[in-house]
Amino acid sequence: MSHHTFTHLDALESEAIHIMREVAAECANPVLLFSGGKDSIVLLRLAEKAFRPGRFPFPLMHIDTEHNFPEVIEFRDYRAKQLGERLIVRSMEDSIKKGRVVLRSETQSRNAFQSVTLLDAIAEFKFDACIGGARRDEEKARAKERIFSFRDEFGQWDPKNQRPELWDIYNTRTHPGENIRVFPISNWTELDVWEYIAREELEVPSIYFAHKRDVIRRVSGILPISHLVQPQAGERTENIMVRFRTVGDMSCTCPVESEANTVDEIIAETAMTRITERGATRMDDQTSEASMELRKKEGYF
Amino acid sequence: MSIIEKISFDQTELLRFITAGSVDDGKSTLIGRLLHDSKSIFEDQLTSIANTTQKRGLQGVDLSLLTDGLQAEREQGITIDVAYRYFATPKRKFIIADTPGHEQYTRNMVTGASTANLAVILIDARKGVLTQSRRHAYLASLVGIPHLVVAVNKMDLVDYSQAVFEKICEDFSAFAVNLNLRNINYIPMSALNGDMVVERGDRLDWYQGTTLMDLLETVSIEDDINRDDFRFPIQWVCRPQTKELHDFRGYMGRIESGSIRIGDPVTVLPSGLTSRIKEILKFEDPVDEAFAPQSITLTIEDHLDISRGDLLVKTNDSPRVSKEFNAMLCWLSEQPLDTARKYLVKQTTRIAKAVISKIDYRVDVNTMDRETASSLKMNDIAHVGIKVQLPLVCDDYARNRATGSFIIIDESSNNTVAAGMISVSGN
Repeated sequence: MSHHTFTHLDALESEAIHIMREVAAECANPVLLFSGGKDSIVLLRLAEKAFRPGRFPFPLMHIDTEHNFPEVIEFRDYRAKQLGERLIVRSMEDSIKKGRVVLRSETQSRNAFQSVTLLDAIAEFKFDACIGGARRDEEKARAKERIFSFRDEFGQWDPKNQRPELWDIYNTRTHPGENIRVFPISNWTELDVWEYIAREELEVPSIYFAHKRDVIRRVSGILPISHLVQPQAGERTENIMVRFRTVGDMSCTCPVESEANTVDEIIAETAMTRITERGATRMDDQTSEASMELRKKEGYF
Repeated sequence: MSIIEKISFDQTELLRFITAGSVDDGKSTLIGRLLHDSKSIFEDQLTSIANTTQKRGLQGVDLSLLTDGLQAEREQGITIDVAYRYFATPKRKFIIADTPGHEQYTRNMVTGASTANLAVILIDARKGVLTQSRRHAYLASLVGIPHLVVAVNKMDLVDYSQAVFEKICEDFSAFAVNLNLRNINYIPMSALNGDMVVERGDRLDWYQGTTLMDLLETVSIEDDINRDDFRFPIQWVCRPQTKELHDFRGYMGRIESGSIRIGDPVTVLPSGLTSRIKEILKFEDPVDEAFAPQSITLTIEDHLDISRGDLLVKTNDSPRVSKEFNAMLCWLSEQPLDTARKYLVKQTTRIAKAVISKIDYRVDVNTMDRETASSLKMNDIAHVGIKVQLPLVCDDYARNRATGSFIIIDESSNNTVAAGMISVSGN
């Protein structure tokens, strides 16, 4: 018996490919959620590894808050086209027009409301499984979520009533109207994601790298100036070197000060960083200790 | 900061482990200590738990709060399910399955243990080997965890006494002799003070063995997977049917055990058809050889009727293929087993209708005694006979964890109601 190296990235990759193939084989109508962010970029690579030389056995879908960074949207379209796979975009603007989402103001964060548009899209296409890029190291509620996370017909997650998940034998069965969220990179950390991006030489949107940007500093963190965020009286605009660790809603995604210009430099920073990804960059996760848990119960990713 | 030198991102292995203990054994403190001393806790997490410690009228930073999860749990001060934690050292990346120790313990521990390479069983040095320690050891052996650590914790409360530690080791090994546990390590520690967890400390000088972290970093996991018997369940058949790849038929799946080379003769089970391996593809790269647990694509020399649920083995290997087998079952559902009902068995990529035709005995997990039973309720463990409508490849779980395991699904609720381990030997 010859011995081979099998690194933690090899183990995580093989596990994720196995999960994707289980979804494709057992679910009637799956979809892969692709936002243009780094986690879903990794998902697309894993899908290539799982299904090439065949086509993906599912379309890609993005729930667009229309508060996204333009660089990310551009990258989303570019990558989908490059892969030659079908991309569905459903916009929160439509949910707002239909009165399904009511916002207090134009500039309010839209993260929490994505659930409505997502659930509408799931109903429209009758998707029974949504493959997403969530990771358990992101947040306390995620740490307790299954890889195959069952949702009832209202899209709700019930943390106290999850199906036991043993070995890697996955129960993919649903009743009509119910669906499963599947997280193939549940066991990856932020560092694993960047190491994999480096190993596979994957492209990522430019805003992950350090760049000069106009920002203001608020108690909650550094905020990028955009049509959604303008300096208020007494606030000073600064032009500093920053990069984004996550690329969500522009009104509540904070960059971090950084000079990291390459994936290797990002890995170095990530390995050293002393603040969690969501703690550093997501204002909507700071509002209460249970923010994510509450959003998930309502049907969030 | 020297972490960047410490975390090299090329050649680190992955080790999964589970911690078993009840509320007062200091399990959360131990996990907190591992994360804290390996510098895996972030500043905002520390701030958050420091705030919570204060809110509860306590002082300092209570490391056990790190593993608190959901709002419901925080309000009630309990943990309700398996939570997964991650940390890395220069040598390995670790996944901890953290399971709470209350009445649903059997179900949660079996779930967390099913993917673990190693189990840490916590024993309170003041209390010694208790009924629950025996239960934890039994469950670890049932689920076939290859490595066991008996962590004798709270040594600070017994004056770091060598005699106390040795008595506990003796008691535990006397009992463990009867279990299928291959590699047991005993470590005295104080998770609270950090002795023998990551650092050695200076209060346990009489102990010559490794710290917990040393052991986690160095225990050999290479042979935790069966390296002998090639098993390749077909997950997905790839037929692009494009101009260039008109005749391409790739069999996609993960090698569950053993390895395979180009040219190897293979048999398709259950049909018994044979062929040879033509190509092995790792994504776009052709390779000569592949091994468990790689996810790969295989092509074979002949056109055979092969689909999902079939299993490739090497032709010189002939595992038992049968519609009847014996197994140990752990019942997971609040809905008890009904022997008159049909269920679904999912084993590797195969799903078959099944009935539990007999319950030979139920195991009392506290005493290991065998007792008769006509049904099974949640947390029960039993030896049963199962009849399935399609033939399955019946590998003994003790020999092959990947193919000897299965789950039982209730077709009406779609819930996973039991975990099963095939026992060929009949025990």
